[in-house]
Amino acid sequence: MSQATPDLAKPAKPADTFLPISGSRKVKDKAATVVFTVCFVLAVVPLVALLFKVVVSGVPAVLNLDWWANSFNLVSPSSMAGGVGHAIYGSLVQALIAAVISIPLGVAAGIMLVEYPDSKIAKPTTFMVDVLAGVPSVVAAIFIFGIWISVLQFNLSAFAVALALVLLMLPLIVRSTEEMLKLVPDELREASYALGVPKWKTVVSVVVPTALSGMVSGIFLALARVMGETAPVLILVGYTARYNYDVFEGNMASLPLLIYNQLSNPNEAGQYRIWGAALTLIIIIGLANVLATFAAKALAPKTK
Amino acid sequence: MTIHESVDRDAGKNSSSGGPADGTAPASDADAGGGGGLRDAGASQRIDAIFRGLTVFAGAVIVALIALIGIVLVMQATPSLMQNNVNFFTSSVWNTTDPENMSFGILDLLKVTVLSSIFALVLAVPVSIGIATFLVQYAPPRLSRTLSALIDLLAAVPSIIYGMWGLLVLGPWMVPFATWLNENLNWFFLFGDGNVTIAGGGTIFTAGVVLAIMILPIITSMSRETIRQTPSLHQEAALALGATKWEKIRMTCFPYAKSGMIAGSMLALGRALGETVAVLIILRAASAPSTLSLFDGGFTFASKIASGSAEFNHPLPTGAYIAAGLVLFILTFIVNLIARSVSGGKVNG
Repeated sequence: MSQATPDLAKPAKPADTFLPISGSRKVKDKAATVVFTVCFVLAVVPLVALLFKVVVSGVPAVLNLDWWANSFNLVSPSSMAGGVGHAIYGSLVQALIAAVISIPLGVAAGIMLVEYPDSKIAKPTTFMVDVLAGVPSVVAAIFIFGIWISVLQFNLSAFAVALALVLLMLPLIVRSTEEMLKLVPDELREASYALGVPKWKTVVSVVVPTALSGMVSGIFLALARVMGETAPVLILVGYTARYNYDVFEGNMASLPLLIYNQLSNPNEAGQYRIWGAALTLIIIIGLANVLATFAAKALAPKTK
Repeated sequence: MTIHESVDRDAGKNSSSGGPADGTAPASDADAGGGGGLRDAGASQRIDAIFRGLTVFAGAVIVALIALIGIVLVMQATPSLMQNNVNFFTSSVWNTTDPENMSFGILDLLKVTVLSSIFALVLAVPVSIGIATFLVQYAPPRLSRTLSALIDLLAAVPSIIYGMWGLLVLGPWMVPFATWLNENLNWFFLFGDGNVTIAGGGTIFTAGVVLAIMILPIITSMSRETIRQTPSLHQEAALALGATKWEKIRMTCFPYAKSGMIAGSMLALGRALGETVAVLIILRAASAPSTLSLFDGGFTFASKIASGSAEFNHPLPTGAYIAAGLVLFILTFIVNLIARSVSGGKVNG
């Protein structure tokens, strides 16, 4: 009785009505916060460690002007001279050939998926693009070996590499095209039809230009991705220390292949070369990413 | 024909824009034909058909390409499989140097591939889900975007750079840790003695850690998207019932995002199974069949194929490697199919 009186007199404080959070629940909550934060830090540590190591070990090489223009032709494996110009050239050439083949094919397929979803081939295409996206690069490479070199009897060459890269680029381009075209509002299409513009012209001069910025940035990202691919170059072309301007014949270096080749170079120059080439590759991929962002901004539809 | 169909279809799709679509479209075309002020309708219909045909053709080429991959791999592998002296699935031997007398089996490749991939997955999944939760629930929104980009940066680093970093930097770092595990937990088969020395770090242990770092962004991005989509009503309901932040995450976000997390993990598994060059660089060749220890060496399907490219000068040995490639193709296909079915077709790896 005596206990109840003060309760009635004073209005109940929240602490009396609601149970306070028990100690164990508080501890668990704090522990969860710590665990999630630690997870994030845990992932950033290797990223920072890797980039730090590549930059520190690669900087002496890339600061040298010779590094960008020269090749390792007639440079001894133990010499700290020479450069990766031939490998940069090879990487770019292979990626460009792959782009020339895969961009029209991928963009057209992407247009089909969005603008003609009633066609019989739409469903199988979506499915196959997903399959292609999951195909490991080594399987793409061995497939090109099987058909281009074993069956059609062509030689190992930069072109064979480019064909394998096409398989790896295609799903990326189809998907980014598809995503970007889907974002184009239907009102734009309808406005165009209402003016009597035929469908193909609507697609070419209204829909695609609206989505262009995203499509181009997707293409740059795809290029960045395939330039770092190593499995196709290991299987489909040999390494050479010289510039090779014939894409259908003979060996051609590329940055990943050069790194792989120089890993077995026991000299100090080998370390200088692989870290230098790794930094060069990261710089080029970074540039492609910057270009992607830049293209997205520059080509975005102008709205007032 | 195509114009009418497509205009009708588009108009029908957006019923809100309404209007007698069926009536207006043909009428405007009739005007175009009769008025003469507009372009000839017949010609533009033909161009329309051609344009549609071109895009459909591109789709057909892609479908045909995948079918071709399967057919070519099977056709090239069959002659070698017929000449094989041992059981392809149950043998650990890989001897294709003499085309007349080949013995090759994938048991060892399968063991090393699955062991390294699963190990990578076990390491990466909890960390990735933690990162995703941190990015959505804990990091301030503006910071979250920058940090997400930082994690995506991991995906942009080429695998050969991961490989050389794993071989030259991470491998040696991990040796004391690996040695400790091996000495103290030797009784457990995963930490038992392998066929290669732990010194130097050329073990499945190192390769698995590197693979885990490589697949982290895939799982993180898919988990992040699904956690972000958890309905705020669910979350607020949990908070209103007195749940702490952690309890809210456990009871609303995690169940809601489960399918995305599984799909992301499956996509990552597919990537880990097929990863070639990082594994090829890091793993040391083992002298005996795999012991299923993390401190063993050996080859995965992918690294075996890449390492064997010097032997691709005779169709029969090449066929043996292509057979291995076919198994890898089927394996990654099944894993990706699971990812697709779990996520309901929305897969963006």
